[in-house]
Amino acid sequence: MAKFSFRLVMPERELLAIEADMVVVPGSEGDFGVLQGHAPLISTIRPGVLEVYQGNKVDQRFVIVGGFAEVTPERCTVLADEAIPFEEATAEVLAQRERTAEEDLVDAASEAERAAATKDLAIAKELRRAQAYYASR
Amino acid sequence: MPSLKTYRLRIRSVQSTQKITKAMKMVAAAKLRRAQEQAMAARPYAEAMDKVLAALGQSFKGAGPRLLAGTGSDQVQLLIVATADRGLCGAFNSSIVREARRVIRALMAEGKTVKILCVGRKGRDQLRRDFGSMIVDTITDLGRPRVSYADALKVTARVTQLFDAGEFDVATVIYNRFRSAISQIVTAQQLIPAQPPEGDGGPATTGGAIYEFEPDEGAILADLLPRNLTVQIFRVLLENAASFYGSQMTAMDNASRNAGDVIKKLTLQMNRSRQATITKELIEIISGAEAV
Repeated sequence: MAKFSFRLVMPERELLAIEADMVVVPGSEGDFGVLQGHAPLISTIRPGVLEVYQGNKVDQRFVIVGGFAEVTPERCTVLADEAIPFEEATAEVLAQRERTAEEDLVDAASEAERAAATKDLAIAKELRRAQAYYASR
Repeated sequence: MPSLKTYRLRIRSVQSTQKITKAMKMVAAAKLRRAQEQAMAARPYAEAMDKVLAALGQSFKGAGPRLLAGTGSDQVQLLIVATADRGLCGAFNSSIVREARRVIRALMAEGKTVKILCVGRKGRDQLRRDFGSMIVDTITDLGRPRVSYADALKVTARVTQLFDAGEFDVATVIYNRFRSAISQIVTAQQLIPAQPPEGDGGPATTGGAIYEFEPDEGAILADLLPRNLTVQIFRVLLENAASFYGSQMTAMDNASRNAGDVIKKLTLQMNRSRQATITKELIEIISGAEAV
């Protein structure tokens, strides 16, 4: 399989810049796989799990929180708000995240804070669901 | 003539000052290096963001969200004055504030309403005297121990909140762009309405390709613009942090050198006065012996 260059970047730093055979991105309209020669595409991302394939096997997985993917025939760049290696994002870590979001929601003083906390909670729940799904595979 | 003892005491006090400024210089140098690394690390994301934005700009036709198109007016101007929380950094804060004053006066002369959002304690302290009534809010204690994306989010949240409430039409940020440890450039950059990124690579970067968009241009743009705002502010904070430490390093280097000069001068004076005393005593002894 022909490889293409894949980059995973967060606002604070570049997390990954490698040659990959295939990348499966959790797009907001559904997961999509990117191979070399993919049609140019810009898509938003939903909270979920991103998989990097080398050959026919999954090489690395990341839990990512929202952002964008920019795809051209020769490269794919994912701009994630936050990305955690799958091994580090265990069920406990994500459950803790959900609890924190729940507490923030209770403590929220203003309308804006409440909206932010509600969003965080939804993301945390989604992440936990995705993590559980991929962990059981 | 001061006694030898007062000279010794003064030299000692200048020496301890020099020790402090030297230590601060070292610390600033180390932090400067870290700040520069951080700014480098943040670059790929910003560049990728610019690329996506440029691609969207090419294919998106229409008015666009308010963050991009503006409110259609420029009557109320929000000035984000990004300074540091602390001083002892040469002209870093004052040069930003001086530029802010100039911009405020110019805008007021045009009959615009000016509002100020201070980021950093020093800017507020200096602007409060003249423009106290215009300061809407102050955000302090950012970047401890180092600038994080969450800090930028905090500022963006406040700015977005003000914008959504219709409190201003145009937002400009004033900060110090980092060029080197000895040179920082005061820069004013417009944030809202967003300035489309300059086509640095031109169509070559996208290979002239026409992108497909999921869900659609409008939705992506609405999602992307607030993020872009945060990234811009994040960059401002990073540049400011690097400039701050660069400026502090230079200032502390000068201070150490000045302290060295003062010590040299005092030592010379002390030795002269010591010699004068000895000479005087000798003359007294000799003339005493001669008299006998």
